[in-house]
Amino acid sequence: MATATAPAEPAAPARTEHPLLLLTTRRLGIGVLTLFVVSAIVFLATEVLPGNAAYAVLGRNANPARLHALERQLHLDQGLLSQYWTWLSGLLTGKLGTSLANGQPVWGLVEPRLINSAVIVIATGVIGAILGVALGAIAALRKDSWFDHVISVAALAVTSLPEFIVAIGLIILFSTVVLHLLPAVSLLPPGTYAWSQPELLILPVATLVIVIVPYIFRMMRAAMIEALESDYVEMARLKGVPEWQIVLTHALPNAMAPTIQVIGLNFLYLAGGVVLVEYVFNYPGIGQGLVFAVENRDIPVIQFIVVALAAFYVCVNIASDVVALLVTPRRRIPR
Amino acid sequence: MTGVAPAASPEAAPSATRAGRHPWLSVLWSAARTPRGAAGLTMTALVVLVAVAGPAVSPHSPNDLVTLTFAKPSGQAPLGGDFLGRDVLSRVLNGGWLLLLMALAATAIGIVAGGAAGIAAAYLRGARDGIIMRTVDVILAFPQLVFALLLLALLGPKLWLIVLAVGLSHAPAVARVIRSATLDIAERDYVKVAELQGMRPVKVMGKEILPNLISPLMVEAGLRLTYSIVIIAGLAFLGFGQPPPAANWGTMINENRIGLQLNPWAVIVPAVLIALLTIGTNTFTDAVARVTIGVDRRPEEAALLDDLGPEQT
Repeated sequence: MATATAPAEPAAPARTEHPLLLLTTRRLGIGVLTLFVVSAIVFLATEVLPGNAAYAVLGRNANPARLHALERQLHLDQGLLSQYWTWLSGLLTGKLGTSLANGQPVWGLVEPRLINSAVIVIATGVIGAILGVALGAIAALRKDSWFDHVISVAALAVTSLPEFIVAIGLIILFSTVVLHLLPAVSLLPPGTYAWSQPELLILPVATLVIVIVPYIFRMMRAAMIEALESDYVEMARLKGVPEWQIVLTHALPNAMAPTIQVIGLNFLYLAGGVVLVEYVFNYPGIGQGLVFAVENRDIPVIQFIVVALAAFYVCVNIASDVVALLVTPRRRIPR
Repeated sequence: MTGVAPAASPEAAPSATRAGRHPWLSVLWSAARTPRGAAGLTMTALVVLVAVAGPAVSPHSPNDLVTLTFAKPSGQAPLGGDFLGRDVLSRVLNGGWLLLLMALAATAIGIVAGGAAGIAAAYLRGARDGIIMRTVDVILAFPQLVFALLLLALLGPKLWLIVLAVGLSHAPAVARVIRSATLDIAERDYVKVAELQGMRPVKVMGKEILPNLISPLMVEAGLRLTYSIVIIAGLAFLGFGQPPPAANWGTMINENRIGLQLNPWAVIVPAVLIALLTIGTNTFTDAVARVTIGVDRRPEEAALLDDLGPEQT
């Protein structure tokens, strides 16, 4: 790959004292730039596209007087650039404006949702990563055993299942038709925090874990098999290193690098995956908030949630790259 | 990306001679003969049959009130009634074809747009490569479903817009995979020869490079088809699809889930059909990937691993 891409890339910078620091700052710079562009696109799209925001909100109820009042409220009567500046500086200082649906401040509406979604995403990420890595490592160590075959086929089947189908399947199994163990939908009013009723978290988190584990499992299994067949593991075996030590200190760290990338990718997927799962379980998170905002064409809320999800995406991307670099020293050296 | 294209050439070469001018047909054929491919194809074919032939054999009109709300299965309505008392079987038979059609169209848009961008970025290099790939990075920062929801919020829930939004949201991922595959092919001798003969860049890309990208393009098409089905069915579930009273598997699951205790079939049957369809297309794609690439790793994952190099930042 290095030989193929090298001509297209600018000459690699001369080796510095802290290549890791340099790479991290470069990634951060590109990330900030990407977010800036994303915010500009979201803003332009919501302002410029046919029928401005004020018209979109009022719909059939639009009359010149109401339109005018709303346009002033949304700063639509100013120039485009100053509108963007007002919006962006508001975004950065926490003044997000007011919801068009009910006139409340956007931050007050979105903040509990952000936290509720973060609870789901973090719980799913941690459980999914541990489960995927453990299953992948065991399957690789017992390659071609019945355990490996059963888990691999199950992973292939589940990989492609839509999350709302998994969610409905779990509801049928655990809360309606077959068993009646868990609540099918959360009755938490918006604005409350999820940990007040932890049993509500079980099914949403289980759904997302089922959706992400196959990807992590597949990558961990493949990377672990590759590592176990490598020269350095052979060398360690010939030196008489005990097998458990070979697995833990030689194979596992090397198999983790690509797996961390995939875990990062799955965190990214969760940014979109929470939308459907929160909607199914009526869970008051940011995804459900986005669906409601889209139904009501609540532009300030849509703008904020989309930019927040994009920011999450960019941050996870940077974090997973940096962690992967930390785990594999050889990748740190510019080639 | 070296993992993808070079590995593909020795595998693809013999099949190319066997099938003459249609190497992709022979790839599909060899994939269909593996156990995995046969299983995937059977599942997909079953669902496609229901979706396509369904409207012709539907016992009632999908919108007729035939029975009671959430009625249990009976002779009149073999799968019972839905939330308004319409025949679940007739709605299932009528509710799949548009999902298939929209998913196919979105996949085509994604593959054409992403493929063209990927080939152009890798072949033209320099500033144009930079512009295309930075654009890709920006679009990738929107989760696919969120990208579609944003467009729908702005322009209203229209079917063509759903297809376009889903198709465009596929393009960046396709572009990344195809770009790395092209980088390798663009260095080969026959491409250099064509360039030296004075062939125009557009022609070089279309005639010399594109035919060598069939394997990665086929695997990408399969993957994107699966994802298109997942997203479009998900949007219908959220209420962004055909407006009621149209029958649609995704919408049916949402409409009828309040009656799960009374008539679970109104939810289970469309859910199983969507699940069979996505498992089927995904399993068949996996078989195609094994036949063409010979590696148990999806191109997106392979590209991701190679992207790790520090000089790529």
